[in-house]
Amino acid sequence: MSLSEEEVRHVALLARLALTDEQVETLGAELNSILGHIDAIQQLDLADVEPTSHAIPMVNEVRADEPRPCLSREDALRNAPMAQDGAFVIPQIVGPGGDLS
Amino acid sequence: MTVDLSALTAPEIRAAILRGDLSAREVADGAFARIEACDDRVRAFNEVTRELAYASADRVDDMVRSGASPEELPPLAGVPVAFKDNMNLIGTRTTCSSRILANHESVYDCTAVARLIKAGGVPVGKLNMDEFAFGSSTENSAFGPTHNPWDLERVPGGSSGGSAAAVSAGMATITLGSDTGGSIRQPGAFCGVVAMKPTYGRVSRYGCVAFASSLDQIGPFSKSVEECALALNAICGKDPMDATSVDRPHEDFTRDLERGASGLRIGVVTDMLDMEGVAPEVKSATMAAAELFAALGAEVGEVELPSARYGLSAYYIIGPAEASSNLARFDGIRYGHRVADAKDVLDLYMRSRAEGFGPEAIRRIMLGTYALSAGYYDAYYGQAQKARTVIIRDFERAFADHDVLLTPTSPTTAFRIGEKSADPLAMYLSDVYTIPVNLAGNCAVSVPVGLGDDSELPVGIQLIGTHFAEGVVLRAARALERAVAFDVTPPLVRELQARA
Repeated sequence: MSLSEEEVRHVALLARLALTDEQVETLGAELNSILGHIDAIQQLDLADVEPTSHAIPMVNEVRADEPRPCLSREDALRNAPMAQDGAFVIPQIVGPGGDLS
Repeated sequence: MTVDLSALTAPEIRAAILRGDLSAREVADGAFARIEACDDRVRAFNEVTRELAYASADRVDDMVRSGASPEELPPLAGVPVAFKDNMNLIGTRTTCSSRILANHESVYDCTAVARLIKAGGVPVGKLNMDEFAFGSSTENSAFGPTHNPWDLERVPGGSSGGSAAAVSAGMATITLGSDTGGSIRQPGAFCGVVAMKPTYGRVSRYGCVAFASSLDQIGPFSKSVEECALALNAICGKDPMDATSVDRPHEDFTRDLERGASGLRIGVVTDMLDMEGVAPEVKSATMAAAELFAALGAEVGEVELPSARYGLSAYYIIGPAEASSNLARFDGIRYGHRVADAKDVLDLYMRSRAEGFGPEAIRRIMLGTYALSAGYYDAYYGQAQKARTVIIRDFERAFADHDVLLTPTSPTTAFRIGEKSADPLAMYLSDVYTIPVNLAGNCAVSVPVGLGDDSELPVGIQLIGTHFAEGVVLRAARALERAVAFDVTPPLVRELQARA
């Protein structure tokens, strides 16, 4: 399989990466070269094989629902690029000017 | 007198402190002196943590002064330790060697880091890496490459290149790295040190910035197998903060170290040894290691892992897919780089991420996003997960009649800085032996066995064990280490020692 320029732009949007035209071109070529190698995996007949998500058997763990100390608000905000009144600052996302498309 | 960490093992440091021959502070100063003497050339450290080190060292020295018994003094008392810069430690930045986290302050401690310090380790700093652990050379660091102490023109391997180089150059005694497809073992091999990826679930990853959550594992670097076992003793065990960490009875990994190789069933993975791109010097070192095991009384046979050849393909789907999901959290809102003039939230995400991530991170996020996207999921991620099952079955068959499998750690010795940076695929191939181990969740250690006949650079042999077989793997590693008697001191350190 290989990616067209349009697909590279689509994947970049899904990945939330604003790429330059030059990056789109370079990445397209690099990704196609990598995919060309990875596609070897399509040769395997794995129709009757179960997929593995983790190599070690695991069960979901649920902890007791009890209050306990956690990260303080100050620490949680310490690395925020913008914070105000104890909260993260984000651009407007509801109403005019918002865009979550 | 300046303490030379290249001349001391962790148990020797502890014993000298206990006797009163050295203080933990003097030992820490030995680490700082070496860092000062050569890290402008090696560039293993992103941050040097004098205050944290002295605080830990003083605690050890206070214990000794107040008459602590040998039993009371922790097992790694006064031992200089350092951590790959994807592990959080309060009082340090955790940058992942990325521009996007360049100023990120740790607000909590990584469990493995906290455990190593609790065991007496003295934290001397944070170590350079490929950005977000994406790479096999440490050239993908936003802060510039780390250099191999055996040849400063060459890479230390990666992604935990700083962790390997720091131990090799005697700037720390034990370091931690993380290994998703070989990122501990390959740099261990390139820098001529002992480097272990424990079984998936053996060590908590809490506080280590996630790359591919079904593959990531933290493990130690050291000059000797004994120190590797001591480090593993300190960091392993169940952690309520990481649901993938397993609850198993405590083991002492030093217990069987001196039992020798006699009676061990060693399988040389012959089909992987005949792959294209394996350097003749690496192949001959591997055969020599197998012969040594036979001479030591091990039962050496041949084994094949026919599906392992698909490991690289499966890995370059699963790894990037999980990474693209894990790295979605770097959005310019809660932490990390943020553009100042975003017109809306989508613009904020897209430009903050594009400016913050380096080229390899962008490449992997793109690859992973594509592999998970509508219409391609079954063909890529689904197929890779099934390939993983087949690889696991291969290993199960091999371990049915072998205790330890033997391969090279990497197809070549350390390559030149810049040699492979223009060709992502060539770089990926240097992990061809290590990747199947992560896919199967097994444990493996890289042991330096000598210098290559042609390159005169360290060659590492990988010893693989089944799930939770670290004890037997380390026993085999110790037997090999004793038999080869390789001097792990690199030329850079010899030069510094000669001047002192």
